[in-house]
Amino acid sequence: MKLYANNSPHISGKEKTHDIMLDVIIALAPLGIAGTIFFGFRALLVIAVCVASAVIGEYLFNKAIKKETTIKDLSAVVTGLLLAYNLPSAIPLWIAALGSLIAVVIVKGMFGGLGQNFANPAITARIILMVSFPTLMSSFTPVFSNTTVVSSATPIKEIGLTYGSFGGEYSMLRLFLGDYAGCIGETSALLILLGGIYLVLRKVISPIIPLSFIGTTFLFTFILSGNFKLSVAAVLCGGVMLGAVFMATDYVTSPTSNLGKLIFGVGAGIITVLIRSFGNLPEGVSYSILLMNLFTPLIEKIPSRKPFFEEA
Amino acid sequence: MSNDKKTNKNLPCENKEQKTSKATNYKKVLFNGILNENPVLRLVLGTCPTLAITTSAMNGIGMGLAATFVLICSGFMVSLLRKIIPDKVRIPAYITIIAGFVTLAQMIVKAYLPAIDAALGIYLPLIVVNCIILARAEMFAAKNPPLLSAVDGLSMGLGFTLTLTVMGAVRELLGAGTIFGVSVLNGALPPMLIMILPPGGFFVFGILVTVSNKIAAKKGKPVKNKAGCDGNCEGCALKEAENND
Repeated sequence: MKLYANNSPHISGKEKTHDIMLDVIIALAPLGIAGTIFFGFRALLVIAVCVASAVIGEYLFNKAIKKETTIKDLSAVVTGLLLAYNLPSAIPLWIAALGSLIAVVIVKGMFGGLGQNFANPAITARIILMVSFPTLMSSFTPVFSNTTVVSSATPIKEIGLTYGSFGGEYSMLRLFLGDYAGCIGETSALLILLGGIYLVLRKVISPIIPLSFIGTTFLFTFILSGNFKLSVAAVLCGGVMLGAVFMATDYVTSPTSNLGKLIFGVGAGIITVLIRSFGNLPEGVSYSILLMNLFTPLIEKIPSRKPFFEEA
Repeated sequence: MSNDKKTNKNLPCENKEQKTSKATNYKKVLFNGILNENPVLRLVLGTCPTLAITTSAMNGIGMGLAATFVLICSGFMVSLLRKIIPDKVRIPAYITIIAGFVTLAQMIVKAYLPAIDAALGIYLPLIVVNCIILARAEMFAAKNPPLLSAVDGLSMGLGFTLTLTVMGAVRELLGAGTIFGVSVLNGALPPMLIMILPPGGFFVFGILVTVSNKIAAKKGKPVKNKAGCDGNCEGCALKEAENND
């Protein structure tokens, strides 16, 4: 008789990676459509290039290391979509493709594939691109103009630099709907919320991380600035919404316990606001999520319940 | 630490070493450092200067040659004194010998290549504590005749120089668009800044280690159990590491 000792979880459900990823894609799809409407056909092209190169990259990498292909679990598609949503629409296409390859091959594949990566592939790839090509990565196309190279200020810069003097140009409704310059998929808070609610209802993600992340960002900005309107804007624009709902909730790189999730969300929110207000970068969502990804193994060591035999 | 030498005598590898003829021994040792026991890629020694100074190919060559000079001289010297130096104080003795040669190298570089001296900065005097040099003194020079130790130093130094130059060239090409300061890409592609920043060093280092393991495996010398073991025990780092456990 042979006994097999598998790793937990021991109870397996019908749900497969493929189904979860499909739900995430359904939740993400409206953002791509909105991005295409806001920033023109070019945005769609960037999305297509990112997804295609992520899938091809994963296929070729699996071929190269002689492993069964994993493109059918759709995780590469999700990575490609998330990366594209974090890029400005005017980004050169080869940089978009390079980003996808970095995400799928270096951040995910080389660490052992899906489930073994210590950091979120899309976030890490975005940071690598951001450090490598700072000007290209922060040249945003204004909404509803189809010229590709004109760069426009994003309101997020005002939040970082001038506390208290924010307002005027952007109404809260415009920020909520996504009618401002930014990355392809990060602008529309409304659609991100709808996507998030869909994922929570389908039990794909737990609402703890998004709520604590967004809540902490709002509270901490309010404490620092004392300006209610600015604090609402801090949550609505930039990458907080997209990051909190779709990136910070990645199963592999976020804690599993509820307490751990709370710590993860609060930590990410605090780091985001700290970078925005005191760092020399306009936006800190990517770095905050990456940092909390690195803290995740430590957070996981906090037991959710005290083992009873250790009380003495 | 003091009973290292006693345990070494009981190892089967030690006997094999004496049987091999001298000529093949020299040849083997000379080519050992290039790939099989490449100090950076296969023994993973001296990682700190490797990551820190390889922002350009020229820096790589400068650092590599300075370390090669110290490796050859200190290997020869340590080997000459190997029977005189008492076991208990051998590490301070080795460091003193190495520091002497590093000071020499630093003075030469300062006098004749001030640009390289400025680029390498603190990493030039830090060759004193470079673990490749101490490791080779401890593992090889302390047990082998002077000339063979000098050849080992040359071989390790060449492997180190080659690796640093390749790493420097890759990072310089991708991160600044130049090789040896000559513009290659001519602005056709915007340089990837991250490659000349610390993370780029880790990326290139990891990929080069992968490639070197792949080549070594292809040459019919598979990596056994631990990375770096090629089944050839003489002067090997892993054998020594196991003894010290």
